[in-house]
Amino acid sequence: MTAVYEPIYEPWDETRGAEIIAEHAKQEGATLVILHALQEAFGYVPEAAIPMVAQALNLSRAEVHGVFTFYHDFRRKPAGRHVLKLCRAEACQAAGGDALAARAEARLGVSLGNTTADDLVTLEPIYCLGLCATAPSAMLDGRLIGRLDEKRLDALVAEAQR
Amino acid sequence: MSMRLFVSRDAAAVAVGADEVALALEQAAAKRGVTVEIVRTGSRGMYWLEPLVEVATPQGRIAFGPVTETDVPSLLDALASNTPHLLRLGTTDEIPWLKRQTRLTFARCGVIDPRSLEDYRAHGGYKGLQRALSLGSDAILNEVTASGLRGRGGAGFPTGIKWKTVAQTKADRKFIVCNADEGDSGTFADRMIMEGDPFLVIEGMTTAGITVGATKGYIYIRSEYPHAVQAMNAAIVAAKRGSYLGDRIGGSTYSFDLEVRVGAGAYVCGEETSLLESLEGRRGIVRAKPPLPAHQGLFGKPTVINNVLSFAAIPFILAEGAKAYADFGMGRSRGTMPIQLAGNIRHGGLFETAFGVTLGELVDDIGGGTLTGRPVRAVQVGGPLGAYFPRALFDTPFDYEAFAARDGLIGHGGIVVFDDSVDMRKQARFAMEFCAIESCGKCTPCRIGSTRGVETIEKIINGERVSENLALVEDLCNTMKFGSLCALGGFTPYPVLSALKHFREDFVSAPTTLQAAE
Repeated sequence: MTAVYEPIYEPWDETRGAEIIAEHAKQEGATLVILHALQEAFGYVPEAAIPMVAQALNLSRAEVHGVFTFYHDFRRKPAGRHVLKLCRAEACQAAGGDALAARAEARLGVSLGNTTADDLVTLEPIYCLGLCATAPSAMLDGRLIGRLDEKRLDALVAEAQR
Repeated sequence: MSMRLFVSRDAAAVAVGADEVALALEQAAAKRGVTVEIVRTGSRGMYWLEPLVEVATPQGRIAFGPVTETDVPSLLDALASNTPHLLRLGTTDEIPWLKRQTRLTFARCGVIDPRSLEDYRAHGGYKGLQRALSLGSDAILNEVTASGLRGRGGAGFPTGIKWKTVAQTKADRKFIVCNADEGDSGTFADRMIMEGDPFLVIEGMTTAGITVGATKGYIYIRSEYPHAVQAMNAAIVAAKRGSYLGDRIGGSTYSFDLEVRVGAGAYVCGEETSLLESLEGRRGIVRAKPPLPAHQGLFGKPTVINNVLSFAAIPFILAEGAKAYADFGMGRSRGTMPIQLAGNIRHGGLFETAFGVTLGELVDDIGGGTLTGRPVRAVQVGGPLGAYFPRALFDTPFDYEAFAARDGLIGHGGIVVFDDSVDMRKQARFAMEFCAIESCGKCTPCRIGSTRGVETIEKIINGERVSENLALVEDLCNTMKFGSLCALGGFTPYPVLSALKHFREDFVSAPTTLQAAE
């Protein structure tokens, strides 16, 4: 088994944020590129960054806020230490994904879309990882897992809780 | 002794342990003092055999699979002594599942090293572009039109006509956009080709660029595909280094540059106008058409926007000629379609074949039925917006028109198989729920109708006034179908109505007290 990959994020820092924004601001249609870069650095898009992005791109705060909130990927606060995503789309449903999702919820004590009280695990639905011929599938901190069954899921949950 | 081994780096192979197998092979070989070169390829698309390990022999590649880490020592023994092994599948190209395909687009996928431009060229890569450069714009347009290629994203619009429109539109800048926002469940062909043969996509887009006079292209890849993003970025760097991107492509006077942009988890961005909005850095709200993207697309400029598989079909058409492509297929569906078999299926994977194969052949014969061994009850064709087909419709040939005639669609070619434990009320509810989650919000029937749809189907599930609520759902579906700008709201009725029509028994037999009181 591969070692747990734990994403390491920097704490929010305005100067660093400004640097990241400046790095990408020259590209055409840069809003998503910048939001991605900010989230990659800090693990979420801090609210304080929104007006900074707006100013750099000559947009209103409302416009940037609108983009930020439209896309499922962007987080307004940091996720748990580990993020476990379970595919909830049709191919995985056909292969027993519903029962596995319920099992993960029960094991972690949170419903999909939430983080455990100890901030250790965020459990999220994802709509298709493109692993539909090796369904059901999951992603733990960027690592892909196919042919999920109860045993594998339990191992993943245990790994995420460590 | 030295060996050349092939292990896939495809995301789905990695998800079932390909990296671990590759590492184990390397370590075990080193321990034995055997020199091995492990080439990380794309996937052959036989996913029930992944992780697949192939070894080069003078008689061609021999395949073994599915291999686990624990199989590695015995596998190396068998290779060293040339003795039989339980997982030995014989010559890869002779495996019936692979042999009966017509791989035009996927010819190289799983064969070559996707990071190597040299490997791509050694296997016929860039022949199409070479010929395109000598043909010039008009002749390329004739070839693409004559090939009969239709948009592989799902809409099936003739690619040649789209390109011609952009070519004829005057503008200071034009764009080529590749739609790699493959969000449909049950589809993974775009992912596979980007991970397994990325130069093919680059070659197709470059050809589009020189044809219509565009010098810049974007590949919009969904964020759920990090491996594909990595593979495309690596290939772009290599293509630039090899003068296949940038100024004076292949020594010609043409320039073309490419950039990968990553989506952010919005299914609706697979819709072309929403994708363009997203590329421009905005909310992925669908645009009304006209104007067509071909006239006013990205940043208001004429834009060719095609699916990954459409661009990936182009190099073959140019290299071998339109006729070689158009000779395959049926009716107005020419060429081949990379079909994806998924869900509860025994032999799932990528099956590229000429249009015309029946749904029954695909599911029962090629797919081998369900993985659970239970009877197949329903198959959803064409993603979350595609219809559910019962066994009674298994004679439907895989063809745009034939599926449309039966109130279905082939979409992006994904087939999701369900066994007899499926509850079609749940599937109908999910179709509405998914639409509610992913609606961009522009059209009321989609934005609000989907939520009302979930509620009404829930009432049916609970046995509340079933026949009245069924009529209401049908009425709502019609409103969504005709009152939505794009396929999300417009096609969500397909899975819902097909479930109601073909699996009525699931809806009317809801056993509850309320129903008894009716």
